[in-house]
Amino acid sequence: MTGAPVRREGPPGEGTLFSLSRRGRRAWSWPELDVPAVAVGEEFARKAPPGLPEVAERDLVRHSTRLAQINYGVDTGFYPLGSCSMKYNPKVAETVASFPGFQRLHPHQPEHTVQGALEMLWLLEEALCALTGMAKVSFQPPAGASGELTGLLIMRAFHTKNGEPRKKIVIPDSAHGTNPASVTLSGYEAVQVPSDARGLVDLSALEKLVDEEVAGLMLTNPNTLGLFEEEIQGIARAVHDVGGLLYYDGANLNAIMGKVRPGDMGFDIVHMNTHKTFATPHGGGGPGAGPIAVSNRLEPFLPAPTVGRREDATFFFDHDRPDSIGRVHGFFGNFGVLVRAYAYVFLHGGDGLERVSERAVLNANYLAQKVKDAYPLAFPGRPMHEFVSTAKPLRRHGVRATDVAKRLIDLGFHPSTVYFPLVVEEAMMVEPTETESREVLDAFADAMLQAAREAESDPELLRAAPVTAPVRRLDEARAARNLKLRW
Amino acid sequence: MRFAPHTDDDVREMLGACGLRSIDQLFDQIPPSVRRDRPLELPDGVSEMEIVSDLKALASRNRHAEDLVCFAGGGAYDHYVPSVVWALAARSELYTSYTPYQPELSQGVLQALFEYQSMICELTGLEVSNASLYDGPTALVEAVNMAHAATKRRRVLVSGAVDPRYVEVLRTYGRGAGYEPEVWETPEGRQGAPPLGDDVAAVIVQHPNFYGVLEPAGELFAAARETGARAIQVFDPLSLGVLAPPGDVGADIAVAEGQSLGNHLNLGGPYLGILAARMQDVRRMPGRIVGETVDVEGRTGYVLTLQAREQHIRREKATSNICTNQTLMAVAAAVYLGWLGPDGLHELGTRCLSKASYAAERLLEIEGIELLFPGTPFFKEFAVRLPRSAIEVRDTLIDRGYLAGVPLAEAGGHALLVAVTERRTRNEIDGFASAVGEAVR
Repeated sequence: MTGAPVRREGPPGEGTLFSLSRRGRRAWSWPELDVPAVAVGEEFARKAPPGLPEVAERDLVRHSTRLAQINYGVDTGFYPLGSCSMKYNPKVAETVASFPGFQRLHPHQPEHTVQGALEMLWLLEEALCALTGMAKVSFQPPAGASGELTGLLIMRAFHTKNGEPRKKIVIPDSAHGTNPASVTLSGYEAVQVPSDARGLVDLSALEKLVDEEVAGLMLTNPNTLGLFEEEIQGIARAVHDVGGLLYYDGANLNAIMGKVRPGDMGFDIVHMNTHKTFATPHGGGGPGAGPIAVSNRLEPFLPAPTVGRREDATFFFDHDRPDSIGRVHGFFGNFGVLVRAYAYVFLHGGDGLERVSERAVLNANYLAQKVKDAYPLAFPGRPMHEFVSTAKPLRRHGVRATDVAKRLIDLGFHPSTVYFPLVVEEAMMVEPTETESREVLDAFADAMLQAAREAESDPELLRAAPVTAPVRRLDEARAARNLKLRW
Repeated sequence: MRFAPHTDDDVREMLGACGLRSIDQLFDQIPPSVRRDRPLELPDGVSEMEIVSDLKALASRNRHAEDLVCFAGGGAYDHYVPSVVWALAARSELYTSYTPYQPELSQGVLQALFEYQSMICELTGLEVSNASLYDGPTALVEAVNMAHAATKRRRVLVSGAVDPRYVEVLRTYGRGAGYEPEVWETPEGRQGAPPLGDDVAAVIVQHPNFYGVLEPAGELFAAARETGARAIQVFDPLSLGVLAPPGDVGADIAVAEGQSLGNHLNLGGPYLGILAARMQDVRRMPGRIVGETVDVEGRTGYVLTLQAREQHIRREKATSNICTNQTLMAVAAAVYLGWLGPDGLHELGTRCLSKASYAAERLLEIEGIELLFPGTPFFKEFAVRLPRSAIEVRDTLIDRGYLAGVPLAEAGGHALLVAVTERRTRNEIDGFASAVGEAVR
């Protein structure tokens, strides 16, 4: 039922494109030069040509096609990476993004020639504000981590305006690694608040931790354990009482659309990952888009330019923002990705987005209850759109979470995230998303249970896995020791 | 529900399997005081046909680089994108995958990135490339962070002929990282005298620079390196078929906007941040890096490597916060460079240079138009001084079917930055020159 890439017979691996290169072969073609030829002056000229491959177009096509065939995507099969929302990417989004009226817009075109694009952004902004309970959006951040850093720089600008920037940002110990990394880059110090026995932020520890050195707190809700932070109002109060701000990491927004809005929970800044919640393709690791939305009091600090609307219903890039933190992207963010996000949001509408979250949470709960006897949930609460199990019971057979993951590859599936969040031993973080059918979930649960049985009966089968993939386990230590980073 | 495949029976039975009777119960852990009790203030969903019509209507209200003859540059260029690039990069096994955390199932993306890294090294004459960053300006920020880490110094010197958007982005991030970029003046459109000292972390030169002018970057970099600073070059990847590469010029770190490598204009994104460096800085580099290794049977394969630099391992001590990057753009760039090869790249560079030179000659024939920086050599872009407001001239030319270029603040707003790529024909250039002549008359 899956189309996972399989190992083929024959010589090991696919050679690089360079190995196909023959001097004088070519794919390129240019028209005859129709103006006098000019050469670059000796002082600036390149002395030897770059060692790029010389191949026929057919070589290029077969090579790249073969690379695609040894890769696994959502279109290939189930892809339950936690906090990544690997849902189906609607094809219509690719169609609309390729309209020349979007794809061929030059970023230095004057505003009156891109009114349709600006209106699209304006409408998307209104939708994102409605969804999050926020007041104003910046589309500049090109990914979630960039949204985080942008939000933290906004916090810095806000506090600086009110006296001094403050020193610390509080993050839960279960947070994604980008959170603390962004904190450092924004000039703050990351302070961890522990999780309690329920896997939630320990509110009493937080209350002791916060003081007037705290600029803010970053939180995902539901958190990276897939659990809703039920005491969110207490958390918000604790941070707001000392004058701090709340940052909502939108990695898990897919769980709550239409059910609760970050703004209503007390958050001041929100980033969204369009490649997660709004099904823009993950691209093998990007491009994403990480628009941020803020409450009224933070609106003056957003990166300039923002999108503005005049009384006469024309639109403009608003550069006149004296308190702005400045640009965080060369132009206006990943516009081409935002076209796709627009298509997704308005295709679904308010009712459809609420159904998305309902089905996503249903799928995660259904799958969790099917596998939890073999892979106990890390914490007892009801999971939302994802759950974190542990493969710890299998350790007595000498089998670890990574072995289960590799065995799942042989059984035809992309594994879940493993070893994250860090607070759970042998973590397996599973996010099925709403676009998977019950049959797929059943088959995946069967595979996980089969792997658990095999861990007892034939642990070597797991430790040796995968054997069907295009390559077997790779020597990562050797890759880091004997660096070979180019041909 | 459009893309969720659940039937009503599925929902009922799946809820039952969870011991629940209603969907609402799935959300019981949300406190009633914050839980929403009314629908979202958004329109209802529509069919695929309707969303296509909606977006077609919005798109039709834009002019674009197919219906306007494009002479605009300023960091984004109307280069030809061969059919093969997106026929391959848009294979859905690639574009519907994510960061290759499970390398056994991700050899396609990993190998494509390894080949991309290799080609960037070949292009730049530097030793190591990462697997992509967001865009040119944010790549410069990362390069400066590397320079800080390497030198333990704070000052950052930027040539006045670097694209001002790059400087703006650097200034934004500098507020967090604790530096303020110092821009040195370049009154003749290039070079100038950077205020070097033993507290300088980075010296940044763009070559060809924002005005299109070729910089004597080698001299500036030699002086910078003498003081122990890192020399950072902002380069144009498509210039490197004809121009000496950053490695030969003496750059320690080179960054670029990679949009021109097979990516569409897209109103400014998604683009491609390129960053290459010398091996001395490999452990300070940001983001993903792919390395070659072997599997347990000795078969060649690829993995993400040196991950101890990265946020998911090193958290607050990571070299950068970047996670999701611009992988698909890097894959497209690798296909495009594979299509070009060394000769195609050289021919392309010759075309850009020759056509830009021809366009400049034609424009300079017009009374009252001169080069903003007379006597300076350029590659595919040059700035002219017009006898009237460049914004007015540009807007007039839109009505004639031309996207004339990027108006600059220089010369009292009478300066226009004009870019000429291989796509422009002699006829288009002649037509453009006569339209400009009429517009300034």
